[in-house]
Amino acid sequence: MPRGGQTRISIVINGDRVEVPAGITVAAALFNVGVSALRTSVTGEPRGAVCAMGVCFECRVTIDSRPHQRACLTPVVDGMHIQTASIS
Amino acid sequence: MTGLRVDSFPEIVAADVAVIGAGPGGIAAAVSAAERGLRVVVVDRGLEAGGQIWRRKAGAAAAPEAQPWLTRLADSSARTINGASVVDVRPDAGGFEILVESSGRPLRIWAADIVLATGARELFIPFDGWTLPGVMGIGGTQALLKSGASFAGKRVVIAGSGPLMLPVAASLADAGAKLLLVAEQAGRAAVARFASGLWKTPGLLLQAAKYRVRFLSARYATGTWVTAAQGGDRLESISITDGHHTWREDLDVLCTGYGLIPNVEIARLIGCEIRDGAIAVDNRQRTNVNHVLAVGEATGIGGAPLSLIEGSIAGSTVGSVETASGHLSRRRASLVEAADRMLEVFAPRAELRSLPHADTIVCRCEDVTYGAIQGAACARQAKLYTRVGMGPCQGRTCMPSLDFLLAWQADTVRPPVEPALVSVLSSEVADEAASLFPLTSSVGEAYQ
Repeated sequence: MPRGGQTRISIVINGDRVEVPAGITVAAALFNVGVSALRTSVTGEPRGAVCAMGVCFECRVTIDSRPHQRACLTPVVDGMHIQTASIS
Repeated sequence: MTGLRVDSFPEIVAADVAVIGAGPGGIAAAVSAAERGLRVVVVDRGLEAGGQIWRRKAGAAAAPEAQPWLTRLADSSARTINGASVVDVRPDAGGFEILVESSGRPLRIWAADIVLATGARELFIPFDGWTLPGVMGIGGTQALLKSGASFAGKRVVIAGSGPLMLPVAASLADAGAKLLLVAEQAGRAAVARFASGLWKTPGLLLQAAKYRVRFLSARYATGTWVTAAQGGDRLESISITDGHHTWREDLDVLCTGYGLIPNVEIARLIGCEIRDGAIAVDNRQRTNVNHVLAVGEATGIGGAPLSLIEGSIAGSTVGSVETASGHLSRRRASLVEAADRMLEVFAPRAELRSLPHADTIVCRCEDVTYGAIQGAACARQAKLYTRVGMGPCQGRTCMPSLDFLLAWQADTVRPPVEPALVSVLSSEVADEAASLFPLTSSVGEAYQ
């Protein structure tokens, strides 16, 4: 399993290309660039990561066109495209 | 590492033992069964074996206490499948068929015996504003930090209950967070009683002191809890009270949680007896269902050392008539007693039951308010009228809250126990373009 904070890879978050260390999760990458609202709730509220261990499903984002992926359970991969809820 | 993804497996795997969960309990069960010559498959949701407690920081080595067990697992014949969710378990030909999903792909495991090592999750108690981005679990914050999140310069308050707050506070301080306050809801007398009890286990007392030293610049308050959070698109401030005075703190992240609760959903699905919210087991870790054993936090919150002992007992029990060694049984009994004392000290106070108001969201998946469920007599009735607990998390977050607030018992568990692609449920090869998630409003109901 690729680990090690030294290797940096390139991912795209909401259209912006950013460099992140390999081995971190999508949830961590989003936190580090200051994106805290990850999804929009059924009544339109912004929501962010809560349990960070795959239980609460609050961190669902679209990864490489696949919707509803749990950011906390997904490791970043070079070239990955991540789309969060459209809340600034 | 031993970690494998489902796509490196054939679609059907047969094993003597399927261990569900790769935390300390699951690892101990897997290695002790595998070392007896049994074919063991371990299914784990995490990206690496170790569970929550042994989760290692991105790029760092495993904790010293974890390393020998991780090595033993890697050296054993047990195969671990990471990043995999159990969707369904059903009796089949004298054993069990376990349907697993990973990255949209199905895997069927046939196993003669099952060891449930499903661990625990945090108990959340809803309050106004707890759904704002920036309000996170205490264990969740630790997990996010270890997953590579940077908390440097973040203003953080930790407010909740239990010994988990100390290591998380220490980690956050080490990571450069501006830790403003650590608020324990349990009163000073209860915490003092707990600390004095620790003299019997000096190792734990020393550990607690070592954690405290690492966040000395932050205030540690007992008998103090958060009553509300404020913000727009994200958390901006919280209201805190000590029961007499209420004040505000401006902050970036609130870590909250009121201790751990066992993950018993798969056990319920199989039909195992649940007692006091945990899987009931005998002194050899056997549940009331033949060929199903359970270990670790899922059988009652007790910590990693207890989970390791229970896992070792289960690994020597599973598929045999051997009895566990007297030494393991005695050690188990003393740790269970210590854990029970701890749960008593950190039990959430009654005042926390009045935190949610009528318009406070209790079910985060379906945005159901506390007011909306007030007329219902039980969880099932509330579900029918409001969809509370029927979203993607399947009530894992709100139902324990409602158990605390209203003493509601959890409803029956039906497959799928986690949201899954229709292609996985129907066992066809998954087409990644045909994602039909979430299932709750369409396919999920076909199962009701």
